[in-house]
Amino acid sequence: MTLALDTVWQVLAGVPDPELPAISITELGIVREVNINDDVVRVTVTPTYGGCPATDVIREDIHTALMAAGAREVEISITLVPAWSTDWLSDDTKAKLKRHGIAPPGTLAPGVKPLTFHPRIRCPRCDSTRTEEISAFGATACKALHRCLACLEPFEYFKPI
Amino acid sequence: MNAPIAALNPAHVSYVLRIADGSLILAQRLSECCGHGPALEPDIALTNIALDLLGQARLLLSHAGALEGQGRDEDALAYWRDASQFHNPTLCELPNGDFAQICLRTFFYVAWQAQLWTALSASKDAALAAIAEKSSKETRYHCEHLAGWVVRLGDGTADSHARMQRALNYLLPYTNELCVDDDIDLAAAAAGIGPLPSSLNDAWTAQVQAVLAEATLSLPASTPFRSSGRRGQHSEAMDYVLAEMQSVARAHPGAQW
Repeated sequence: MTLALDTVWQVLAGVPDPELPAISITELGIVREVNINDDVVRVTVTPTYGGCPATDVIREDIHTALMAAGAREVEISITLVPAWSTDWLSDDTKAKLKRHGIAPPGTLAPGVKPLTFHPRIRCPRCDSTRTEEISAFGATACKALHRCLACLEPFEYFKPI
Repeated sequence: MNAPIAALNPAHVSYVLRIADGSLILAQRLSECCGHGPALEPDIALTNIALDLLGQARLLLSHAGALEGQGRDEDALAYWRDASQFHNPTLCELPNGDFAQICLRTFFYVAWQAQLWTALSASKDAALAAIAEKSSKETRYHCEHLAGWVVRLGDGTADSHARMQRALNYLLPYTNELCVDDDIDLAAAAAGIGPLPSSLNDAWTAQVQAVLAEATLSLPASTPFRSSGRRGQHSEAMDYVLAEMQSVARAHPGAQW
């Protein structure tokens, strides 16, 4: 059976990111290209971070999902160009992250400065900007840890890159 | 990136390997901090930076192996070369020292990487340009984070200031090596593979000195000392780094887990 292109994209839209199960790999913007040639489905993905340990799991998950959907053969390749950016997250996806308690990424200011003044990230729960950074790095490469001083809840912040 | 890859000239592989080795050896040093940071947050930060550097190293080593065309993959290059075949700057292999020294050493190197990645985005080696573009986004965050620590400690208590100043006096001479060209650099630059290290010097110095000034640190007198890790002549620390990094792979060749 040869899968239709639309079907492949639908299947991929159902594959969650292993470290951010609230959103799918297509919402994350890491699926760059899909080709179907005879019975072979070729999927090209780009890593969020070069050393992201989830890359291998994502490959396996894509393979498993497409085989389960009836693909005969699946080839997955990795591309670095263009480099992944949080700018690729749609407004809908950012809203979804917020609903799951993760502050969506802001935009990057030009230039590089020492982080002496921490950015005030809006709390995804109560929308207060009275927040502080707890840890510049978090449980995964793509997130930092913050705390809301208004509702006192800690929350994760999706770092803009 | 699926097309067969050919080196543009004999210096090409060496030029890429030097960049790869810098990331790999600093990643190894930083991963020693895992579980030993002064508090949980800096521990997570240093090990996350180590992971990003390791990611760079893996991409660069794989690319160098493909350019070389002798069947060596990232593991062969990481685990089966000896010290004199590594070409990282000596700065990357020095023992960690205290937290001030860890932060300043890493800041010096990632600030240099930031300049390098920018210049490499114009490389005629498309795969190298892609790795640089990818890495630059991560490096920017490392730079900001570590510059923040250098300022916080330098402009902090009497003790933290003294420790950061001591780290600066010790480490600054090792940065002399970063921006000196040799034959490999000249050949690589002539072929459009990447920039001359000397061309990165002004921007690196400006960025570093601005942070050191904000950290209220005083620059030690310049010295003619020049380390030689990029030429494969390392400090005594290098063999210890490699012994720890390579011992398992060498004890169990081909093992998988």
